[in-house]
Amino acid sequence: MSSLSRDEVARVAGLARIDLTPEELDRLAGELDVIVESVARVSEVATPDVPATSHPLPMTNVFRPDVPEQPLTQEQALSGAPASEDGKFLVPQILGEE
Amino acid sequence: MSAQSDLTRYSAAELADKLAAREVTSVEVTQAHLDRIAAVEPAVHAYLHVSAAEALATAADVDARRAAGEELHPLAGVPIAVKDVVVTQGLPTTAGSKILEGWVPPYDATLVERIKAAGLPILGKTNMDEFAMGSSTEHSAYGNTHNPWDLDRIPGGSGGGSAAAVAAYEAPLAIGTDTGGSIRQPGAVTGTVGVKPTYGSVSRYGLIALASSLDQAGPVTRTVLDSALLHELIGGHDPRDSTSIPEPLPGLVAAARQGATGDLTGVRVGVVRELQGEGYQPGVLARFEESLELLRGAGAEIVEVSCPHFEYALGAYYLILPSEASSNLAKFDGMRFGLRVEPTEGPVTAERVMSATRGAGFGDEVKRRIILGTYALSAGYYDAYYGSAQKVRTLIQRDFANAFEQADVLVSPTAPTTAFKLGEKLDDPLAMYLNDVATIPANLAGVPGMSLPNGLSDDGLPVGFQVLAPAKADDRLYRVGAALEALLEKNWGGPLLAKAPELEVGE
Repeated sequence: MSSLSRDEVARVAGLARIDLTPEELDRLAGELDVIVESVARVSEVATPDVPATSHPLPMTNVFRPDVPEQPLTQEQALSGAPASEDGKFLVPQILGEE
Repeated sequence: MSAQSDLTRYSAAELADKLAAREVTSVEVTQAHLDRIAAVEPAVHAYLHVSAAEALATAADVDARRAAGEELHPLAGVPIAVKDVVVTQGLPTTAGSKILEGWVPPYDATLVERIKAAGLPILGKTNMDEFAMGSSTEHSAYGNTHNPWDLDRIPGGSGGGSAAAVAAYEAPLAIGTDTGGSIRQPGAVTGTVGVKPTYGSVSRYGLIALASSLDQAGPVTRTVLDSALLHELIGGHDPRDSTSIPEPLPGLVAAARQGATGDLTGVRVGVVRELQGEGYQPGVLARFEESLELLRGAGAEIVEVSCPHFEYALGAYYLILPSEASSNLAKFDGMRFGLRVEPTEGPVTAERVMSATRGAGFGDEVKRRIILGTYALSAGYYDAYYGSAQKVRTLIQRDFANAFEQADVLVSPTAPTTAFKLGEKLDDPLAMYLNDVATIPANLAGVPGMSLPNGLSDDGLPVGFQVLAPAKADDRLYRVGAALEALLEKNWGGPLLAKAPELEVGE
């Protein structure tokens, strides 16, 4: 399997929305390359006949009783927000200029 | 106050009896723990936040209700510490991260609701690796916790704060969470007891999720019986967690009391061949063999079992966990709670604010794992990494199923080594990950596991013994664990923690 280059780490960090300094990129690229090489061994035994497991104890169609519950108040919901206005979350502009 | 009469030295079960008999009040017990916290925290740093006023108010309320003759929960008035990854209404909750510094949740986790309803004073929130990513508590954004056995060594992780608090008599009970060993490995290196229940045994509602298919909260205590008491309090079905098991818990306290008689006649104990040998410290293996002899002497039948796919568990875990974490931690976007950082130059758009916030708010290990997870899930790599890891999960479940046909419980050392020095493995992520090689398989399969102290290694530091049981058979952990604990303590003449050096107590 291909090794994880510095450029690839930069691309994935962009997808993950994490700003990295050039020093962090250098260090992470080296570390992640070693880790990926180690964990890639799983493909040795993951043959096509083995089904995948996502959850340890599978359950389907789980519903709780359809009883209304008291939700958070508007004040509670906004209590941890970095910024709010008129009882709403205040966020930066969503779209860029173009 | 002498050590013998010090209220912080009793187990939770003993404190519960003294409270019920009205020999002591909850205010006295809670104050004794707050005094202990004040005295040893400068050296241990197990807590991120101490909620003295709230704890004393709960204690006074419980005392008043008891005086009025009200029927109370058996643990009412016994104080408890809660890992900082569990949300607590009105108490700061950071998960060890700068990105949540100062956040006060507007609701309680289900397990916290149950603790509050039963009247246990909450002493505070315990330190941990950031978002529970780590095996040493060194990845906390708020400084290391120190192992009470040797302050230069790690207390394990991610729940090093809870384990150290209990080991240093700063709390008789604590809550931990275990995604790959974060309850059991700290238990092993601090000489305390920790249980990861069956996946779905304890509600995950209100845990700040790391890896949703692996996370499980559980008890951190000094005795097996105390873990059973706490597990019964926090466990059981919760309609707010869709993976919660809709069945009553097996009798855990009863199993612990049965085990404490020391008789294991007819119990088949399977030794996992793949969880010993290379990489395990000689002193760890020696204590393990001695414990097996004790179990045999108690009437248990010891058999060897093979779980050939366990060697792939670490790899599968470090693909599944980062993948799930990369998705779960996407909510830290600087919009609705927590830190918000604006980029220093260029347009201030939501996307750029999110990147700047996460760049500034997440620590090294969190960045490492989110990027690894994003990579494993990205187009072109998904089948080879995440898909393969999920298949390994099936193979590990099959290994467990085969092993449990030959044995009622499986056993191994909890961790390959005793506590290492602070800083020793900080620059080598892969070496750090290897601490969890024996605990991870249980999380991948959802089965319950316990660690209990079974002696000191050649370096004088505590060693842990792991017991694993089939899903929903958590009672077997308590029976076998309590039996081994009773036999060991008979040999030692008391609990292992009595051998720990007394901490220098400040005035």
